[in-house]
Amino acid sequence: MSLNPTILIQNLLNGLMVGGLYALIAVGYTMVYGILRLINFAFGDVMVMGIYFAYYGATLIRLSFPLAVTVSLAGTALLGIVIDRLAYKPLRNSPRISALITAIGVSFFIESFAVVFFGPNYKPFLDALENKTIAFESFVIGNVYLPKIIFIILGITAIALFILFVIVYRTKIGMAMRAISADIPTTSLMGINVDNVIGFTFAISSALAALAGVMWALRYPSFYPYTGFVPGLKAFIAAVFGGIGSIGGAVVGGILLGVIEMMIITLFPTLMQYKDAFAFIILIVILLVKPAGLLGKRTVEKV
Amino acid sequence: MVTAMRTMKEKTRRDLTLTVLFVIFVAILLQVANVKFDSYQKQVLSLMAIYGIMAVSLNLVNGITGVFSLGHAGFILLGAYTSALLTIPPEQKAMIFIIEPAHPFIANLHTDFFTATIVAGGISALGAFIIGFPVLRLSGDYLAIASLGFSEVLRILALNLQSITNGSLGLKGIPNHTNIWWSWGWLLVTVLFIVSLVKSSYGRALLAIRENPIAAEAMGINVFKHTLLSFVISAFFAGVSGSLYAHWLTTIDPRITTFGPVLTYYVLIMVVLGGLGSVSGSIIGAILFAFLMEWLRMFEQPFTLFGRQYPAIQGMRMLVLSVLFVVTMIVWKRGLFGRAEITWDGIRKLMKKFRRSGSR
Repeated sequence: MSLNPTILIQNLLNGLMVGGLYALIAVGYTMVYGILRLINFAFGDVMVMGIYFAYYGATLIRLSFPLAVTVSLAGTALLGIVIDRLAYKPLRNSPRISALITAIGVSFFIESFAVVFFGPNYKPFLDALENKTIAFESFVIGNVYLPKIIFIILGITAIALFILFVIVYRTKIGMAMRAISADIPTTSLMGINVDNVIGFTFAISSALAALAGVMWALRYPSFYPYTGFVPGLKAFIAAVFGGIGSIGGAVVGGILLGVIEMMIITLFPTLMQYKDAFAFIILIVILLVKPAGLLGKRTVEKV
Repeated sequence: MVTAMRTMKEKTRRDLTLTVLFVIFVAILLQVANVKFDSYQKQVLSLMAIYGIMAVSLNLVNGITGVFSLGHAGFILLGAYTSALLTIPPEQKAMIFIIEPAHPFIANLHTDFFTATIVAGGISALGAFIIGFPVLRLSGDYLAIASLGFSEVLRILALNLQSITNGSLGLKGIPNHTNIWWSWGWLLVTVLFIVSLVKSSYGRALLAIRENPIAAEAMGINVFKHTLLSFVISAFFAGVSGSLYAHWLTTIDPRITTFGPVLTYYVLIMVVLGGLGSVSGSIIGAILFAFLMEWLRMFEQPFTLFGRQYPAIQGMRMLVLSVLFVVTMIVWKRGLFGRAEITWDGIRKLMKKFRRSGSR
């Protein structure tokens, strides 16, 4: 087995980038799970809706690309709030399993909606860019080609995560979010409108998922209504990996998952086709060995 | 006391007679359908029973044991591929495995449909046994995701094990063995088996686990062993349904929309529509689902509504069904039957009520 350092560096970067995108979606899973104990199955599909909004914003309405992305973020944030109000809010006091089934239903609904209104076929995302060459330019250092797009994505991911941390740990609404994840009834007694804060959480996490989706589409440009399924599941795995409920854990878990995936492919190129299977095996191993994840708190179930 | 026991015994005997009569009645109806219906209608009728087996088997794990598994599509896929490889004649296999020739062991396999279906169930059950060890140690949402993950892993394997599954090309030319008798016959076997299981001490244990696993454990029920048992039995019938489904479709491939999570969602919709935890609900949910799927097909061809012409809408069926699914969960939480079953006692009571309100 000969390991080519060029390929190693490229794959490491790729892994970091994909991991960053997992992290962006994983943060959404972990925030919603932390508050509602609900796996919002639909985040992968929200991510795809983000891609569609940006794509149609740029191609149909002819907005400039940054504006189209902004519109897409706002649109998916709204979508997140609507999903919460219509589908999850009526079930706040039902058994957790009903909420999970509903989340699956919502995911299925968004996929079907996209098939009906946007068509079942693959679409080329790069049509949304005025200048497509940006997606193919690379920095060349010696014989190492480093695609510029990777650095752009890494930069934006870092900024988005920084803003998220500021919101969650340095603002009033962030404090309310953290309070709700600790104890909902007490928080509402303190005069905090729980529903609004939950809505806000859905808005932020959906917008992050959409941002991740747009960047995903920049790197892997053809997309269709089921594109979000695998990244969505993997982001959930990343959230569990890092310790569900912990935002820092989701970031660490996402990046680690991305890098591990790419490293396995680099070391064992023959396993390339089975790439998507590793994440699930990692999930099982983590759950069996360290059920609370890397940074999660252990909770004891009281009878 | 003795008379009470006698009436109980008489009642069970009477119920048994009624059940047998009911099965004969359904069989006669099916025979009539077999003669009168065109081949498309017969196909739909078979599909109803296939969906019924899928729903009843998923209900055993998700509704009766209360373990939320999302891995059903994986077991159906395992059964479908196993039986298809067993019934496709060797000459046909030589023709479809074009990228890479079939593994010599597989290339020469050939059995009849019944054996293939049993083997399919067995392989699925074995798969569930192996997967169950890690997965069933988890609980709640984690178990759901892990089982979904494993069914995806199976699909990825089917996509890539070129010499066994023919990869993304799938298997074509599976003999069209599934007819009304095979599918409804297997549905009868499934229902008989699962209903007697639920009524046995094992079934009571499963229900106890559903209500409260910790309390069940405290009462001396081995929770892991019992959940594994229900998981394996459920997978066996999922494999059987997969075999019937493969010989109904005649072409199978590992695409996300054929054996991916979408199929699990379908089965989940059937079970939830009928009422999670109810065997009769699952069957009626499945029949309803198959009917709706075919009826909604009219929107996927050009159609007229209120005198206006509309073009075909691709994917409309899924949209309507997913809306129905979400609305059921939110508004009509328990589905058609909740956890209740259709029993002869229930029907008797209902008829009494009717008679009383009729005489008034």
